Amino acid sequence: MQLKTPSSPHAHMPASVSTVMLRVVYALIPGLAAYIWFFGWGVVINILFAVVVALGCEAAMLAMRDKPLKPFLTDGSALVTAVLLAISIPPLSPWWITLIGTAFAIIVAKQLYGGLGYNTFNPAMVGYVLLLISFPLEMTSWQAPLMLITQHSLGFLDTLHIIFGSGLPDGLRLDALTTATPLDTLKTQIKLDHSVYDIISTAPIFGHFGGKGGEWISAGFLLGGLWLLYKRVINWHIPVAMIGGLLGMALIFFIINPASYPSPLFHLFSGATLLGAFFIATDPVTAPASTRGRLLYGALIGVLVYVIRTWGGYPDAVAFAVLLMNLATPTIDYYIHSRVFGHGAKRKD
Amino acid sequence: MIRRLWKFNGGVHLPGHKEESTHHPVRRAPLPKRLILPLHQHIGESAEAVVKVGDQVLKGQMIAHAKGFVSAPIHAPSSGVVVETGDLPVPHPSGLSAPCIVIETDGADQWAPLQTHGDYMQLDPSALRNIIREAGIVGLGGAGFPSFIKLNPGPGKVVNTLILNGVECEPYITCDDMLMREHAPDIIAGLRIIRHALHARECIVALEDNKPDAYAAMCAAAAGTDIQVVQVPTIYPAGGEKQLVKVLTGMEVPGNGLPIHIGVVCQNVATAAAVYRAVEYGEPLISRYMTITGGNISQPRNLEVLIGTPVKDLLDECGWNPGTLERLLMGGPMMGFALPGDGVPVIKTTNCILAMTAADSQPQRPVMPCIRCGACADACPVNLLPQQLYWHAHAKDLDKVQEYNLFDCIECGCCSYVCPSNIPLVHYYRYAKTEIWAKEREKQKAEAARLRYEFRLQRIEREKTERAAKHTQKKEELTAAPIDPSDTKKAAIVAAMERAQAKREEIKGGE
Repeated sequence: MQLKTPSSPHAHMPASVSTVMLRVVYALIPGLAAYIWFFGWGVVINILFAVVVALGCEAAMLAMRDKPLKPFLTDGSALVTAVLLAISIPPLSPWWITLIGTAFAIIVAKQLYGGLGYNTFNPAMVGYVLLLISFPLEMTSWQAPLMLITQHSLGFLDTLHIIFGSGLPDGLRLDALTTATPLDTLKTQIKLDHSVYDIISTAPIFGHFGGKGGEWISAGFLLGGLWLLYKRVINWHIPVAMIGGLLGMALIFFIINPASYPSPLFHLFSGATLLGAFFIATDPVTAPASTRGRLLYGALIGVLVYVIRTWGGYPDAVAFAVLLMNLATPTIDYYIHSRVFGHGAKRKD
Repeated sequence: MIRRLWKFNGGVHLPGHKEESTHHPVRRAPLPKRLILPLHQHIGESAEAVVKVGDQVLKGQMIAHAKGFVSAPIHAPSSGVVVETGDLPVPHPSGLSAPCIVIETDGADQWAPLQTHGDYMQLDPSALRNIIREAGIVGLGGAGFPSFIKLNPGPGKVVNTLILNGVECEPYITCDDMLMREHAPDIIAGLRIIRHALHARECIVALEDNKPDAYAAMCAAAAGTDIQVVQVPTIYPAGGEKQLVKVLTGMEVPGNGLPIHIGVVCQNVATAAAVYRAVEYGEPLISRYMTITGGNISQPRNLEVLIGTPVKDLLDECGWNPGTLERLLMGGPMMGFALPGDGVPVIKTTNCILAMTAADSQPQRPVMPCIRCGACADACPVNLLPQQLYWHAHAKDLDKVQEYNLFDCIECGCCSYVCPSNIPLVHYYRYAKTEIWAKEREKQKAEAARLRYEFRLQRIEREKTERAAKHTQKKEELTAAPIDPSDTKKAAIVAAMERAQAKREEIKGGE
């Protein structure tokens, strides 16, 4: 009798990389449902198209790199990148926006860096930032929530036509469909010396405590994020630290001058704060490994989001803040370690 | 009394699989025809055989004596004839063969005369240690460190806490659980002997909260004494020595230190029972409780097994299916090692034989790249950074792995268990450790060779200068002092005569 003698342990948890990635996708569902409810078919079309592009690019790159296709295509990481990027793109963007962003995210930001696990920057955010600085017009033409578009109903086919290039339905102009985002509106209006209160109470784009629709989408992402925490797919450190950093900054300035600085609650439910806190900043590949490192990383993302939103050139800031902190991750990992058992301070508690 | 408990970082909750093997009371395994006794069953030096082929041996007779300080003797588990000595396959992760003594049993199971020692309270600690050493008792929890050494705290060391470890945290294994259920008084008696040897201030028996029967038995046995029986939360690896010390005392054993450095001594419950048998009845360690379990076994249970019994005999006893046997482990699924076959014997440290089917062991999934999820660091009970260790071990950066405290790793397997990318992390750490040890040995060898070489050069140099000096001296003598040769000669002769005279007188004086 000759049996195999692999080394211990001989037991393994059932979870795998694809389990982790699929759970992230499941957790996006509540937020996505709200997103689709408020913004229509464009969201669905963008996501499906991005997934097809991402898997196509991933397969092509894996083939070129002589890597096995099956384990890497089914690991779910390209799926997550595609969905996160598609969520970040305006729902009525032309198809080539999604194509360029997704292809760049997968080919350059992920595969050229070595594929799964080796990328320094969050691929979805690299794709998003590339699009934002290359095609500012398309990327800021955000469709207004459906309830604000009164003249037309945007059916599936209409949306498909808009996205895939056969233009807008007769008599409809893009201006009628799009509007500045809440964060953008606020930024321009504050520069014109309007007070935050006036802006929020007059512009129709604002809802109860964030953007109209956007606040509910954010709430959906919060719900999904809490489920991820419950399932231990992510740790609490990064989301809590990031939200803490952002709210801390917002609170300070809100107390100093509530007319020029919106409330912490507004920051929490606007833009990509909650999506970023639970789904983007928590990308393990590009975040620090230690607990204290993650706290610092998250907190600094939160601070940067506030700084960029308030004083930077772009109204939304999560992508830039995350990418900047991705850059700091190796340094954080180098300096911040956990205390090894039996080393250093002998604590009783 | 509720004792305050502490927590260690990480750990994992594992499916227990303990019920399977606890349905039946423990019974003795049938006497095997052949007993194979490896001379190396413990940490330290191998024992040295004192019997040869053809010798008759009695049950309990010493057949190999301890060689060196860190060593333990080995006794015949049953009566019979020594039929073979030499290298045979032994249960060791390396899968290599090692020196063994093979006894063919005669079925009489006849004891050698045993020496009892009377009331242990009258014995001083060193006498107790000697009895325990002579009985061949080693740590039965798994490490197999000779027990008498741990019972010697050393000069100036005070033992505040003596912990009896009944935290059997590995899945499947239940031999300590069954021992506590069935022989709680023996364990407590052993604990008191150990306490007497150590002058320990407080005694704790610790076991997990998933063993209510054992807890009740231990509480009953400890009733009326100041021994505390404490239940600790069930989480793997709470039974690790350093982890258990932390849970019970809140103190951390220093990185490269021992529990005694913080005034704590840990012993396994089975060791305590063996100490009791040795001191009370003079019985050496020749058998132990063992769990035979796993999906491949039709009647999983615990047996009292003679050391040296071939694994196959135990599998036969409990019913197994060679056709579906996927993996045969000695020890638990987390830290046990896979056996290449069923021919090897069980040894003193064997607590479990785990016969797994394909369904028991998780299907082999492809190893994916690390996604830095940090699940390993969250699970590490030593608070290491398994990811970084993995990167550096993978890159063979042996200095870096040591900077990241590789040698604090207890190889519990938590990191590998939780890794979603299925990376065999522990395997990499073992590899790095072996590499480092090999390098150290190499370095020591090279250093010795260098010293030898330098010494030789020095010697040659010294001899050269000495020769040169002698040469010049002689030359100088010849050239500088051409004294009348007859004078010196005469003087030498006179001196020699005087010496001879003196000697004669001395001899006369002596008579």
